[in-house]
Amino acid sequence: MSSIADTGITHVHDDHDHDHKPRGFLNRWLFTTNHKDIGTLYLVFSLLMFFIGGSMALVIRAELFVPGLQLVHPEFFNQMTTMHALIMVFGAVMPAWVGFANWMIPLMIGAPDMALPRMNNWSFWILPFAFTMLLSTLFMDGGGPAAGWTLYPPLSLQTGNSFAFVVFAVHMMGISSIMGSINVIATIINMRAPGMTLLRMPLFVWTWLITAYLLIAVMPVLAGAVTMLLTDHFFGTSFFNAAGGGDPVMFQHIFWFFGHPEVYIMILPAFGVISEILPTFSRKPLFGYAAMVYATASIAFLSFIVWAHHMFTVGMPLEGELFFMYATMLIAVPTGVKVFNWVSTMWKGSMTFETPMLFAIGFVVLFTIGGLSGLMLAISAADFQYHDTYFVVAHFHYVLVPGSVFALMAGTYYWLPKWTGMMYSERWGKLHFWLSTIFVNVLFFPQHYLGLAGMPRRIPDYSPQFADFNKISSIGGFAFGLTQLIFVGVIVHAVWVSKKKARARVWEGAIGLEWTVPSPAPYHTFEKAPDIDESMVPHADEISH
Amino acid sequence: MNRQNTFIVAIAVLAAISAAFWLLLVAPALTGNEINMPVGVTPQSVTHYELHMIILWICVVIGVLVFTAMFTSIILHRKSKGHEAATFSHSTRAEIAWTIIPVLILIGMAIPATTALVQMEDSTGADMTVKITGYQWKWKYEYLEDDIQFISTLDANSNAARQLHSGMDPREVENYLLDVDNPVVLPVGKKIKFLITADDVIHAWWVPDLGWKRDAIPGFINEAWTYIEEPGVYRGQCAELCGKDHGFMPIVVNALPEDEYRAWVAQQRGEAVAEAQAVHQDWTDEALMSSGSEVFASQCATCHQQDGSGLPPAFPALAGSPVATGPVADTLDIVIHGRQGTAMQAFSELLTATEIASVVTYVRNAFGNDSGDSVQPSDVTLHGGEDS
Repeated sequence: MSSIADTGITHVHDDHDHDHKPRGFLNRWLFTTNHKDIGTLYLVFSLLMFFIGGSMALVIRAELFVPGLQLVHPEFFNQMTTMHALIMVFGAVMPAWVGFANWMIPLMIGAPDMALPRMNNWSFWILPFAFTMLLSTLFMDGGGPAAGWTLYPPLSLQTGNSFAFVVFAVHMMGISSIMGSINVIATIINMRAPGMTLLRMPLFVWTWLITAYLLIAVMPVLAGAVTMLLTDHFFGTSFFNAAGGGDPVMFQHIFWFFGHPEVYIMILPAFGVISEILPTFSRKPLFGYAAMVYATASIAFLSFIVWAHHMFTVGMPLEGELFFMYATMLIAVPTGVKVFNWVSTMWKGSMTFETPMLFAIGFVVLFTIGGLSGLMLAISAADFQYHDTYFVVAHFHYVLVPGSVFALMAGTYYWLPKWTGMMYSERWGKLHFWLSTIFVNVLFFPQHYLGLAGMPRRIPDYSPQFADFNKISSIGGFAFGLTQLIFVGVIVHAVWVSKKKARARVWEGAIGLEWTVPSPAPYHTFEKAPDIDESMVPHADEISH
Repeated sequence: MNRQNTFIVAIAVLAAISAAFWLLLVAPALTGNEINMPVGVTPQSVTHYELHMIILWICVVIGVLVFTAMFTSIILHRKSKGHEAATFSHSTRAEIAWTIIPVLILIGMAIPATTALVQMEDSTGADMTVKITGYQWKWKYEYLEDDIQFISTLDANSNAARQLHSGMDPREVENYLLDVDNPVVLPVGKKIKFLITADDVIHAWWVPDLGWKRDAIPGFINEAWTYIEEPGVYRGQCAELCGKDHGFMPIVVNALPEDEYRAWVAQQRGEAVAEAQAVHQDWTDEALMSSGSEVFASQCATCHQQDGSGLPPAFPALAGSPVATGPVADTLDIVIHGRQGTAMQAFSELLTATEIASVVTYVRNAFGNDSGDSVQPSDVTLHGGEDS
């Protein structure tokens, strides 16, 4: 335990400012190369995007509150569904995970910073420009993109001139993601403290390493796809125009070759966070650490060979339908392993239920529901009914909202004391959890019924037979949205108001290098590589077997 | 004692979770709302429904078991109850078991799923063929053997009620958003093959009671088939986002017994003959204007708006537009051949010569365009224009 003191306060060679933070607001935030500051920037940015994307969802749910059009024109409704998805996927969930990576990966592997700090600065500061450009399309002549976030041609080619801005915004987001991934990989491969072997790394680090490879593999594919759309729209090419010898279905293949790994890009780091939190509050090592690593890698591999399950109704040959159905069903196996391992981690533990644990349990339950409806969607013949209905909307929101977003919230509560040095309000955190959990189900569960009963997705108005569940869903949506203001309140309180100081090891059962440094984590940590002993590595016992 | 205690708690949790699932999966139906996939009226829809129910129940059982284990643990293994944490961190036997068993369950699911798919893809031996073409935002149906074709669009009542601030209550409109002017009429007890395509963007043709949907893709012809077992009216909607009125292009299938279907075919052919003769008549300006205004309302007003003001820049105004006030040939050309890369369709595929003549006359004289000229059906050359 003496190592805590050694590694925690490391100003040995430091003869000027205590932690030599840059002076001045711009120097500190605009020019920062510090992984913690950049992590904070990413997290604050993604929270802002979460609220912007969320308010678009509320426009959608408000219009769908009762049948008939009351608030917006259908073309604006379509812009809202499109922008909501683009903002949430690329602006909220992905940058939030990069924020976690920045903050936690160096702390978890005993590195002084990210491997490429200047690029780190750049990869963040691209994002505000990308999203300003994307959001500005809403105010342009003809409005923003309205063809869905999947940008299927030929419909997306009917977008006005704002389309060029959408494409360039996507390019910039892609560049940002690729640079962020390069940084994550370079950091994990090169900057682990001596003794932090690959199979000793915390699972969050593992899942991010695999996620980073997915990102590098697929973001260029998306960039290629949208570039072809750009030239089809503005330069008269016919990549996707059947009349010119092109193929509109090819776009869907290319898009989903990106799009399916993208889904796992958003959920694998969530698996990592949950695999950190459950052992801490169960006071018991993660069950089946090695199996968890292999399961993550298997899911990542499978994500490359299942893309066409998003396209079962385009008219593929029977052999194609069968291949993509079987491959998709296989994903249930490693995903099942993860769920069973999480339950086994809890089994015979000594559990307490602080807010991070509550969100983690909520994640396991609700993500499993989303996973099971995913298994149903994999059955291609049944998908001929499910496809493009609210059943699909319910499915992917279950894995994304009480999935990815709950994991983000669990992770925030888990590490917030480490980031701020102060304890957040447990009472308000728990209230946030319970209200979120209740309303997320009120919001999304009825959408299963709507889809099965025949309501297509992406429609601004519907037959009165769907009225009851739409109304319930909208009520849930508004309540869920308002509940998130509690989250902001808890964070603001923890950063500026809370008087309750956090210890270095914030949670009784927490094991890992990040808990060996003081809270808040000093501006510079692990300038000297820590000496790793077994007590700091949660999975040490796995290695001996 | 301890093990017995665990068992009792597990049973209680199992009961509670099963009750919760019952509340989620069965109870909502008691509100009188439809909450499940329709069984439908074709062999495919029945197969897909059964497949759906098999997977659903497998998933429910898996979910109930996992959650039972989890909540049993949450109840028993708490620090506040003084439970001491065990130290185990893996069990090769358990891990092999929960890898192998799911694989076996998946194989069990894959067998009926494969059978259903093979059946779905076999469109051979059809008694008749209907070609379906999706347009923004309507469907065209062509009966290849009987040489019948017509356009099907949202019916006028729904269309009026669905406008923003229409002030009409959708609940008062019969079959709101699920009714059309011309339903597709099909015989029961026949294997019907569909050839599905689109003219502009991708649509998807979906009637839940038939059991499937299939994308309508420009440049591609997808095959699908049905065999309707019971006469009735079956309603569906476009299922692929296709632009602003995606939510307003329903599908209505009117399935008739064989003899009634034949009578319908005969009647349609009679109308087609009358239509062909109308081309050779000379129409009065008033007749052209009144017919043109009807065609405009059903085909053009969604984009160009009822008052011709359009929704620029995607859908240009017609009032005062050079296209509508310049040479007649230009107006005809755009209406007949459409405009590449925009939502303006080639209406030669959708309208008769009479309809085109009347709508062009209407557009050139309405909204203050007042050109004063009229276009006769005989002025309209629907096909062969490509060579000029």
